[in-house]
Amino acid sequence: MGRYIIRRLIQAIPVLLGSTLLIFATVFALPGDPIAALAGEKRQDPKVVEVLRDQYHLNDPFFAQYWHYISGVFRGDFGRTYAGVEVSELMAAKFQVTINLAMTALVMEAIIGVGLGLWAALRRGRATDSAILASTLILISVPVLVTGFVLQLLLGVQLKLVTGIDFFPVAGVFDGWRSYLLPGFVLAGTSIAYLTRLTRTSLVETLRADYVRTAIAKGMSRRRVIGRHALRNALIPLVTYLGADLGTLMGGAVITETIFNIQGIGQELFRSVYERQQPVVVGIVTLLVLVYILANLVVDLLYAVLDPRIRYE
Amino acid sequence: MKNTATDVLPAEGGLGNEPLLAVDDLHVEFVTRGGLVKAVNGVSYTLQPGETLAVLGESGSGKSVTAQAIMGILDMPPARIPKGEIRFRGTDLLKLPEDAKTQIRGQRIAMIFQDALSALNPVFTVGWQIGEMFRVHRGMSKRDAEKKAVELMDRVRIPAAKARVHDYPHQFSGGMRQRIMIAMSIALDPEVLIADEPTTALDVTVQAQIMELLAELQRESNMGLILITHDLGVVADVADKIAVMYAGRIVENAPVFDIYRHPAHPYSKGLLESIPRVDLKGQELYAIKGLPPNLLNMPTGCAFHPRCPYRQDNCVTDVPELYEISPVRNSACHYWREVLDGTDG
Ligand SMILES: Nc1ncnc2c1ncn2[C@@H]1O[C@H](COP(=O)(O)OP(=O)(O)OP(=O)(O)O)[C@@H](O)[C@H]1O
Ligand code: SF4
Ligand SMILES: [Mg+2]
Repeated sequence: MGRYIIRRLIQAIPVLLGSTLLIFATVFALPGDPIAALAGEKRQDPKVVEVLRDQYHLNDPFFAQYWHYISGVFRGDFGRTYAGVEVSELMAAKFQVTINLAMTALVMEAIIGVGLGLWAALRRGRATDSAILASTLILISVPVLVTGFVLQLLLGVQLKLVTGIDFFPVAGVFDGWRSYLLPGFVLAGTSIAYLTRLTRTSLVETLRADYVRTAIAKGMSRRRVIGRHALRNALIPLVTYLGADLGTLMGGAVITETIFNIQGIGQELFRSVYERQQPVVVGIVTLLVLVYILANLVVDLLYAVLDPRIRYE
Repeated sequence: MKNTATDVLPAEGGLGNEPLLAVDDLHVEFVTRGGLVKAVNGVSYTLQPGETLAVLGESGSGKSVTAQAIMGILDMPPARIPKGEIRFRGTDLLKLPEDAKTQIRGQRIAMIFQDALSALNPVFTVGWQIGEMFRVHRGMSKRDAEKKAVELMDRVRIPAAKARVHDYPHQFSGGMRQRIMIAMSIALDPEVLIADEPTTALDVTVQAQIMELLAELQRESNMGLILITHDLGVVADVADKIAVMYAGRIVENAPVFDIYRHPAHPYSKGLLESIPRVDLKGQELYAIKGLPPNLLNMPTGCAFHPRCPYRQDNCVTDVPELYEISPVRNSACHYWREVLDGTDG
């Protein structure tokens, strides 16, 4: 198992290199000069510009720049913004916010998605089932922008006006964990719908399995048959989905953070692309790729815990 | 400590005149998109303690559905039982409330399935799965239940049982897996054991060992055994009596000796004549010409008439009743006398 983890981490290196190179090249190809952008409308002293360009290695050829950057990353140095701030410092605070948001979304997704899915599966073919399936369809087909603004208006603003209680604060993240609830739900929206459907299918399939019939034939109660024998098996594909979805949620945070004005890496990424802050863009994307790789590794390890037929050497 | 379930449970001990298990005019049908599938159409058979009843018949004849009805593990819907009784020690299981049936299943009537790999739960150890019987039904502790599991694995002769009790089903060979299935089914000394093609998925040498094991376990415990099988070769050695099924009906039932010497139904006769030779053992039997009937669109009269060499005009219109040939034999053929005479003893 230990060797497997090490092998997986080594395999992650080329993935990391490839994705950063790609992003680096993309940002490199963006039109506009970041140094010129620094000064806005003012005229710049050509000498200062030259010093700055030199300091940020902007005159080097592309691969030299990339090498300089990536070797820094492996030493834990993500470089500085063109305004002189340490990128790692900048990211650390914002990253925490986005992780909080994504985790809130993931927990909601797991609880609501699995819960609704199981409920639908156990009532399959009846009204509850149809109602749940219909609402997942709605959740899937309405764009996040719409659900985001509508919920913000209804639950964030109107509800507060009507009741006088701020159930779901929407003023950034200044009200502690509660301010993550509404954006978390919006972020999780489509994922909840997909997970609900996946859960339902998974349990319905599992309930048809031969070993479930065996459990009934053993005289086990319906509760035990479903809760022990079927559920353990039905959960296996859901764990994979949830793990892979963490990456999706972190990526999706760009839109949600913008709607709810949350100062996370999503918003930062958006601004950095706009301002040609190469080191920040590449840094954030590198971090996202890392999260994705780690989440997938954890999923694969969990998989082996849940399904004894899978063994890693 | 008495609950409502135990009040209605059939008593143990003496049987009087009632057989241990009696299936009586059982009908099972499935509501499907294509229409009503009449899978079982009036099956009757009985079983005594210590007796082995072999149920024969080609694929789709309703052998498994009958067994599942006895176990009460049919999915209803789509299945429904419009008619019939399944009496266990005189109590009709079909009329029992669900919690009472749960008390009988596994503890007093147990079942072995064909494919042990899919019938065992892949995510639990075999020890856990066998031990579950003791933990849930006998309230034993985890440790005691595991000890029992090891004992049972020894009893069905799984080598190094103690070391393997924590292994998962996929870590065993096919034969060993079926032994685990057997260990689980006999865990609580059931009075009736139903084995649904327990050896079909195994290779020939292992088949013989499993059959031997079943026969031995049955001798030790005096349970009634219903053995569903395709393999007529096996039946002769272990069965006391045979029920031959065709299109959801019993077409002949008789003591094993009688049916082998003088079959009284053209279908059983065809089956016997198609017994594979020793060198071909294990192959499926399809020597009877023609196809099994379509359950959605059953032939009129005798369901076997399109394939029957003895057919007369009235076979197409009149459904043959189950004629009594002797107190222990029946045949659902208008012309059973001709069939009997046509075989030389
Ligand atoms: N859930 C179901 N829905 C619809 N039809 C079913 C269902 N289960 C069984 N049947 C039908 O009932 C008939 C009898 O099936 P059964 O499994 O009892 O056959 P069998 O005699 O055990 O055959 P085999 O030797 O292949 O196991 C088959 O034609 C089958 O198609
Ligand atoms: S009743 Fe007629 S068709 Fe049916 S088995 Fe007998 S002879 Fe054949
Ligand atoms: Mg069958």
